[in-house]
Amino acid sequence: MNFNCFNQPLTEEKIMKMMNLVYPMTLALAVTLAATGCRNHRPYGVTPIPNGRGGQVGDVGAGNTLSSSQMAGGGPQTDINSFDNMTQDRAALANYTIHFAFDSSTIRHSEDANLQSVASALNSDRSTKLIIEGNCDERGTEEYNRSLGDRRALAAREALAKLGVDPARVRTMSYGKDKPVDPGHNESAWSQNRRDDFVLLHPKTGA
Amino acid sequence: MKNCITICLSVLFAVLAAALCRGQSEQGEIQITRPVSELGNTKPVPVSIEGFGPEVTDILKFDLYVQGFTFVAPDAAQYQISGSSADSVVGRVVDRFAKRTILSRSYNGAALRRQAHAFSDDVVLAITGKKGIAQTRIAFKVQAASGNGEIHVADFDGHNYQAVTHDGTIVSAPSWVPGRAALYYNSYKLNNPDIFYHNLNTGERHVIAHYSGSNISPAASPDGSRVAMIMSRSGSPNVWVANADGSNPRKLTSTSEDSSPCWSPDGQWICFATKMHERRVLAKVPADGGEVQVIRTPGTPNPTEPDWSPDGKWIAFTMQAGEFDICVMPADGSASPVILVRGEDPSWSANSRTLIYAQRTGGHYVLSLLDVYTKQVKDIHQISGSDSEPAWAK
Repeated sequence: MNFNCFNQPLTEEKIMKMMNLVYPMTLALAVTLAATGCRNHRPYGVTPIPNGRGGQVGDVGAGNTLSSSQMAGGGPQTDINSFDNMTQDRAALANYTIHFAFDSSTIRHSEDANLQSVASALNSDRSTKLIIEGNCDERGTEEYNRSLGDRRALAAREALAKLGVDPARVRTMSYGKDKPVDPGHNESAWSQNRRDDFVLLHPKTGA
Repeated sequence: MKNCITICLSVLFAVLAAALCRGQSEQGEIQITRPVSELGNTKPVPVSIEGFGPEVTDILKFDLYVQGFTFVAPDAAQYQISGSSADSVVGRVVDRFAKRTILSRSYNGAALRRQAHAFSDDVVLAITGKKGIAQTRIAFKVQAASGNGEIHVADFDGHNYQAVTHDGTIVSAPSWVPGRAALYYNSYKLNNPDIFYHNLNTGERHVIAHYSGSNISPAASPDGSRVAMIMSRSGSPNVWVANADGSNPRKLTSTSEDSSPCWSPDGQWICFATKMHERRVLAKVPADGGEVQVIRTPGTPNPTEPDWSPDGKWIAFTMQAGEFDICVMPADGSASPVILVRGEDPSWSANSRTLIYAQRTGGHYVLSLLDVYTKQVKDIHQISGSDSEPAWAK
């Protein structure tokens, strides 16, 4: 109900108009009071609750496949999709995983040799591409770790660029703390989990 | 005689209208100042609950406990809540000090659980004048040991839960569009961390950000017309703002390692966590672009995951000093943060009193509710797996 009208002065005409509303309301109130016996421990209002759950979720059915045509916002800025039709080779560079200090995305000198090996693999076969997967230990909040993992992957991409790898051939992915290699809750596990994994991509045969 | 009655009634009506108008303007201004010293230190309101069956009694106690009430014998109660729940919920509230009934109502239709929640909302409104939280909804992620998970929605107490996604991939950070049955969230379904918009009524969804690098941590603006998010397409994870459908993305920050953006309720500011001079801080930036300002959080190191209260007064966040703690500070920075309880990733209720947050127990998370004034805490009904990243519908 809107009471803004009462900010204006009450003319007799307006009062009479209101009374036209008040009489039926008063009558209704009187009838209600009579019906309920006007005893204050009886409920004076019945609130119907609609059946079914509140906020029922629509079915995510089979028709809900996502395609790039459904993507708003002009679609991908980079040629991110060019990485999709390639074969992932997780074994090729598995020995060159690099590790980080706690809460840091700075690449330590101890990791230089591994990065050099990754760069050599990429530089020796120009048809390949690379995914760098940034990961964190569990000591950090979830979305913070997703950004930290992102920084770790991006730091490796920058380092590889200095070693001659075109950044356009490199895609970064952060998994935050969702993909630990060691599920333990101690420093030995955490130090293994703070890492960048390198995944080599080959063109699909026949492509 | 008729004139006399008319005048009497019009006077009565005018007085009533004036009282109603005054009540409205007081609510509109929101000038009820709650000093920081009340955070975590407020005494709960003693009430008694009598006459209801065990299910309804449990529901009422749960609902009221996380909104600052405690349960005592009727002769020690400030408010006596009584009624029955044989076929449907019938309840009333007596203000023992004022010696009068302030609520008397019955409910029909739907399940007893829903009737009980409706009654508890009426109890909270009658006693505090504020809207209760018992008929609100939450979204969160449920994660398996594999790291994969699904976005779920549920009643605020964890009951009536339902999976929103069935993708078997990594998901994170659901965020409600205010006033709508719609979520944004991050999913790796397309082999990249992308942001999805999901209409919960129709099940229809769209990818609104699928750029190289991360597209994560979405947050709908208070009017739903824009979305803030973290994207790293320009080489570093930064705060971006786009239209609700992802169009016209605009980079707002050049800080390093930004995360968890949230909006001020007036839509003017975006608060987020970042790193400056190798230290984690909270900061805010005008939503239309401008200078990044650090929000000082003295005594609470490594702040992340800010959430601005809907009434504009508070910012809740997670601090990390070995363990994780939920903190609340005045949004205007007029006082230092108050450390409340162990936990992470707080999200405010619509009435700016209760927080839902995640707690680590062993290797997984459980969700809990916290009344920030009394510091009363209850775990919500848990689903299997690890439940985290809660978002409270506004």
